[in-house]
Amino acid sequence: MISDEKMYQRDVYGKTLVELGKQNENVVVLDADLSGSTRTSFFFREFPDRFFNFGVAEQNMMAAAAGLASCGKTVFASTFAMFATGRAWDQVRNSICYSGMNVKVVATHAGITVGPDGATHQALEDIALMRIIPNMTVIVPCDGPETRDAVLAAAVLKGPVYIRLGRSKFPTITNKEKFEIGKAYQLTQGEDITIFTCGYMVHAALIAQQELVKEGINCSVVNMHTIKPLDTGIIEQTAANSKGIIICEEHSVIGGLGCAIEGMLSKIAYKNKVSRIGVHNKFGQSGDPKDLLKIYNLQPQDIIESAREILKK
Amino acid sequence: MEIAELQKKAKQIRRLIIQMLEKARSGHPGGSLSATDIMTCLFFKIMRHNAKEPQWPDRDRFHMSKGHCCPVWYAVLAESGYFPKEELWKLRCAGALLQGHPDVKVPGVEVASGSLGQGLSVSVGMSLAGKLDKKNYRVYCMLGDGEIQEGNVWEAAMAGAHFKCDNLCAILDYNGFQIDGPVEYVMGLEPVADKWKAFGWQVFVIDGHNISEILDAFEQVKQVKGKPSIIIANTTKGKNVSFMENVVDFHGRAPTKEEAEIALKELSDD
Repeated sequence: MISDEKMYQRDVYGKTLVELGKQNENVVVLDADLSGSTRTSFFFREFPDRFFNFGVAEQNMMAAAAGLASCGKTVFASTFAMFATGRAWDQVRNSICYSGMNVKVVATHAGITVGPDGATHQALEDIALMRIIPNMTVIVPCDGPETRDAVLAAAVLKGPVYIRLGRSKFPTITNKEKFEIGKAYQLTQGEDITIFTCGYMVHAALIAQQELVKEGINCSVVNMHTIKPLDTGIIEQTAANSKGIIICEEHSVIGGLGCAIEGMLSKIAYKNKVSRIGVHNKFGQSGDPKDLLKIYNLQPQDIIESAREILKK
Repeated sequence: MEIAELQKKAKQIRRLIIQMLEKARSGHPGGSLSATDIMTCLFFKIMRHNAKEPQWPDRDRFHMSKGHCCPVWYAVLAESGYFPKEELWKLRCAGALLQGHPDVKVPGVEVASGSLGQGLSVSVGMSLAGKLDKKNYRVYCMLGDGEIQEGNVWEAAMAGAHFKCDNLCAILDYNGFQIDGPVEYVMGLEPVADKWKAFGWQVFVIDGHNISEILDAFEQVKQVKGKPSIIIANTTKGKNVSFMENVVDFHGRAPTKEEAEIALKELSDD
């Protein structure tokens, strides 16, 4: 469950980068004047030639990351979550994700646990900003060890990945399952409430679960470490077997894990009588607007067919 | 290729630009025509590249940061044999290889562009990778003049000099017009050469339509050590099509069938 051992995820990140650097000379690391805080400085100390500090210029760092990746490098680009996902969003979308570049955006200082620095530095929108981009994988590790697993897994996955880390020390969860991108797991079993959670809130959910047991309320706590691609199987399975659902995340309730899951839940609640018409996790393309509306299923006909389909059920 | 042949090739590239844009019925002729002579020199004389092996690790890299001017890039790529010329006639159509702004599906395109201001950063990344891998390829990056109003460009300018990217050469297609009007009217750039010098770049100022000046500049750039170079190419928007030259409207409007006919006559070899 929860051990007394607390770790900085970013310490683990820095150490894991060094590990990766030793294994693979194609790994390069970029930072934007926060290498001490993000711990990419650990990598710099071991491999100064493969570390590039871009100064306070996140847009430049992200687009340069795409350039390095286009030449075969596995690029880790780090700064605070606010700047990685906010300031440089266009670069992450257009230069990295649209081209499917092998860039791992590993951002630290996400969420409210940034603490004293306050609102300008507390990214509460970063999961939303990253999961909305096609081709992007989004991972929110819950503790130190899972950070290492996530970084190692991201390094071998071809393509862009966003990993969200905190600033503060996180308690270590002892009963985690083997980490696999896109595969969530249950930390506890309980038939009353299912708690879907990620990141820092995983341990909060476990504390709550232990308290609730005393009142005779049993909870399933599910660690949804990968926000994208979402493990829809586990959501269907656990949600169907419980009386209620709580989703908790250290992020805005708009656009994060909650929104990702709610889509699934409304499908379950309305017994597949909810249909989403919109662009499904794809980039656009050139063409006559009429042709594109057809290709992307955005025509009146698509609404009509959806309605018929729903009523058949 | 000798100068006369390059001039002939440039004319041919201009014809392809007009033809593909007329068929597409949208797109950006002005900045494609202004960059044509430089692009012709790069792809048919200066750059080491191989259309049969677009991912050849030792290839020189080219990045069109002003992505909207991809028609000239597509034309030189097709002429070089990267993909069949027939693709040019499907430019901007749904499902086609050639998008309105470049993307990585196209052989020869390294990283997508279109959102302005990111290409010089991408090129800095390519330059750093080349140095790390001890490769002697060079990186060329085409910038628009309106484009360098983007702050991201100056972040890249700083980094290019800081990292001593002497394998990197930017080209500024200084045609003096952007979509809302003359550059100096919309958001003045002058003194532009001084700005790049102040950022630590070796600056060459040339006539961007004079083939021998272009070739000469690219040769000189290769001798520069310890810092990146920029060729500020004074050009004419819509070059060599009389009714397009210095006409803002043709920044982002394709020629009609009738206009294309006149343009092609002006660009014929006879």
